[in-house]
Amino acid sequence: MPYPGYMEESIRKVEATRQRRLKETFPRITLEEKAPLLQKFHPDFIEEGMRKLLVGPNKGSRTPNEMADVLEGNSRIDPDKIDLLRIDYDVDILVIGCGGAGASAALLAQENGADVLLVTKLRLGDANTVGAQAGTQAADRPNDSPAIHYLDTMGGGGFTNVPELVEVLVRDAPGVINWLESLGVMWDKNPDGSIHELSGGGASRLRLHSARDYTGLEEMRVLRDEIRNRQINYLEFSPVIELLMDDKGQVAGAILVNLETNELSLVRAKAVVIATGGMGRLHIQAFPTTNHYGATADGLVLAYRVGAELIFMDTMQYHPTGAAYPVQILGQLVTEKVRTLGAQLVNADGEQFIMPLDPRDVVAAAIIQECRRGIGIKTPTGEVGVWLDSPMIDIIRGSGTIGRELPAMVRQFGRYNIDIITEPILAYPTLHYQNGGIRINPEGATTVPGLFAAGECEGGVHGRNRLIGNSTLDIFVFGRRAGRAAAQYVKGVKLGSLRLDHVRQWQRELERAGIAGSRAISPLLLPDYASHMPDYLPDYGRQALAVGQIKIA
Amino acid sequence: MAEARMIDIYIMGSRYQVPEGLTILTALEYCGYRMIRGCGCRAGFCGACATVYNFKNDPQLRYDLACQKTIEQDMYLVQIPFFPAAKALYNLEEVEANGEQVLKLYPDLVKCFGCNNCTKTCPQDIEVMWFMSDALRGDIREVAIKSFDCVMCGLCAARCPQGLVPYNIALLSRRLYGRYLAPPSKHLEDRIAEIEAGKFDAEIEELRKMEQSELKRRYAGREIEPAY
Ligand SMILES: Cc1cc2nc3c(=O)[nH]c(=O)nc-3n(C[C@H](O)[C@H](O)[C@H](O)COP(=O)(O)OP(=O)(O)OC[C@H]3O[C@@H](n4cnc5c(N)ncnc54)[C@H](O)[C@@H]3O)c2cc1C
Ligand code: FES
Repeated sequence: MPYPGYMEESIRKVEATRQRRLKETFPRITLEEKAPLLQKFHPDFIEEGMRKLLVGPNKGSRTPNEMADVLEGNSRIDPDKIDLLRIDYDVDILVIGCGGAGASAALLAQENGADVLLVTKLRLGDANTVGAQAGTQAADRPNDSPAIHYLDTMGGGGFTNVPELVEVLVRDAPGVINWLESLGVMWDKNPDGSIHELSGGGASRLRLHSARDYTGLEEMRVLRDEIRNRQINYLEFSPVIELLMDDKGQVAGAILVNLETNELSLVRAKAVVIATGGMGRLHIQAFPTTNHYGATADGLVLAYRVGAELIFMDTMQYHPTGAAYPVQILGQLVTEKVRTLGAQLVNADGEQFIMPLDPRDVVAAAIIQECRRGIGIKTPTGEVGVWLDSPMIDIIRGSGTIGRELPAMVRQFGRYNIDIITEPILAYPTLHYQNGGIRINPEGATTVPGLFAAGECEGGVHGRNRLIGNSTLDIFVFGRRAGRAAAQYVKGVKLGSLRLDHVRQWQRELERAGIAGSRAISPLLLPDYASHMPDYLPDYGRQALAVGQIKIA
Repeated sequence: MAEARMIDIYIMGSRYQVPEGLTILTALEYCGYRMIRGCGCRAGFCGACATVYNFKNDPQLRYDLACQKTIEQDMYLVQIPFFPAAKALYNLEEVEANGEQVLKLYPDLVKCFGCNNCTKTCPQDIEVMWFMSDALRGDIREVAIKSFDCVMCGLCAARCPQGLVPYNIALLSRRLYGRYLAPPSKHLEDRIAEIEAGKFDAEIEELRKMEQSELKRRYAGREIEPAY
């Protein structure tokens, strides 16, 4: 199903302005223009979409309603029904979640002498990591430096980032690229071995390391294979539903559930690393998402209940270019690499309205503005979007570039008979990334003893807005750090007896706030799309997206 | 909005009516199947949703990713969320990047008789049989390049009459290529040495301690390398 006729007409306008636009550079947004644009059009600023938390360590902080619903949720367990003496796994370190962060933490923890158990909700590597397309930042070219990377990252985050975290992020980055290569990751390279690096939104140097447009897949399949080769113990389809503590107030393990049989198991661990990734499947403000099926902010819920502090929970990243057509792939990612390679964003009249490589929050807000102004393009199913002029890429960089650099995108649209080499892509912002998360220090330690966090579930590194390529960097930098630090930490820990008093206390707090009866249970584990209408069909989908519960225990 | 047209599909033999335009994955959900296995990225990258289908009046089997394939009238479908597959264990630091090594870890490779089922099955349109013959010849680079877009959905292994696991052979080859055969990056090595020698410490320290107004000024005035 190629574009319908009336959309083709709009494409003719895009083509008509293309020659002129090839020579045209839209100015970058100034700091003065940025604030009003964001305030008017960015979803983070929609007041009805947000509320203040009524309980927990961040009581009083603003967060999206859907996030508040899970953070304020009821526990899935009744502590009185759990036998804490029946321990199924007794290990040094429990790593929760096997995306890039969890895999790195598990590898480093094992390398540093710890006995590790890795548990994950779906299969090993079913994670946001596998979907990363564009690449990973590291300042390793001669005209670049970690200091410039630092400046770009702080600026992208609105200067709100935690400086100590940014410092280790940029400093560790080249080492991470090298580590991944030593494990067999195939970076895109020039014939002389130098890495073929690309620019990215908000970055002032060409700094993106990619593996075609399958960067995260390549990183993940290598790490997953390494976990197997090193025979690290792992459990699939076994999400954590609650953490355990001991009588000294240390985190001491977790309760898992087998998703298929509902059987519970208890893990005792001297340290726990949370690496559960993002929240896209909470569908904040009913946005579609790029995230994988299990991205339901579970780690935040688990950490919050044992008293860990969260940071920047009022800011989510909406990727500027989710697919707006065809409906089968609504909200799926159209990688920023398309813009990096030269594609401009244009409205129904074929005119540019934003510098395509401005930071993501700005570009997303500008697209929403353009569509509200009525100069977006409406699809037959009622979605709106603007054109991402992909054919420019081959014109600028030579024919064959798109096929070589963006095989996943060519394939994805090709399935629906859209050839992105000759026709533009219709795009609209999609829920993509959780900028904030669990507060950590540079070693990945949270504010609770024995609890570490790494990857998308932690916050502070990116401030209020993450740059492209800095998350697949974050997960390896902080995954490795957390794994190593946890292995050090467990050498000095003596666990007391296991406790679930924090869960009792939590339930009492919900009662006191008067919300125990009205909140659902959490962590959510999986969204419930079954027998609800799919979220992308505007006829019935949007309202029906009341995410359900899965019956467990 | 016009109502979507309803079409018939058959899930594990049972008939359902679903609106046109869904993918196999969303059609399963529409019918009330709550996915646990068989669903990962929902975007064509993870290979969790391998699916086999044919049509009521056309027995020819076809293969695809459920999250990407649009349903069609009279489709008969079933998912293959898991398929047992051999994976060799190895220590990448101790293996050599040559064909003998691949053969040693996957000796059954020689049993490939070129039936081409793997290629016909691949939802990514990878030339699986060709890279298997490259592997047999010991051309690791070719295997790595040809197999690069593999999402490891396992369909090739499910269809191989000889029980081979092309996707794991490809993974081994890519790791060998990335680790040993890809030319090293001098600029990366240099940069790591510079960082270890503390070359950027003072500059980062300065930025870290800088007044925010000054940091903003630096940011706004920073030189931007052209994207191309
Ligand atoms: C489509 C897409 C494209 C992207 N492109 C880029 C890019 O080009 N560059 C970039 O830098 N970043 C990119 N990002 C962001 C980046 O990929 C992610 O932020 C990052 O990979 C997250 O890694 P992670 O290990 O923290 O989490 P994930 O990779 O999501 O892993 C989390 C793991 O935890 C598991 N889990 C969740 N809950 C539980 C539980 N209760 N118990 C047990 N396990 C659980 C999950 O199943 C999963 O395996 C992209 C993201 C997406 C979705
Ligand atoms: S669910 Fe990941 S490829 Fe289909």
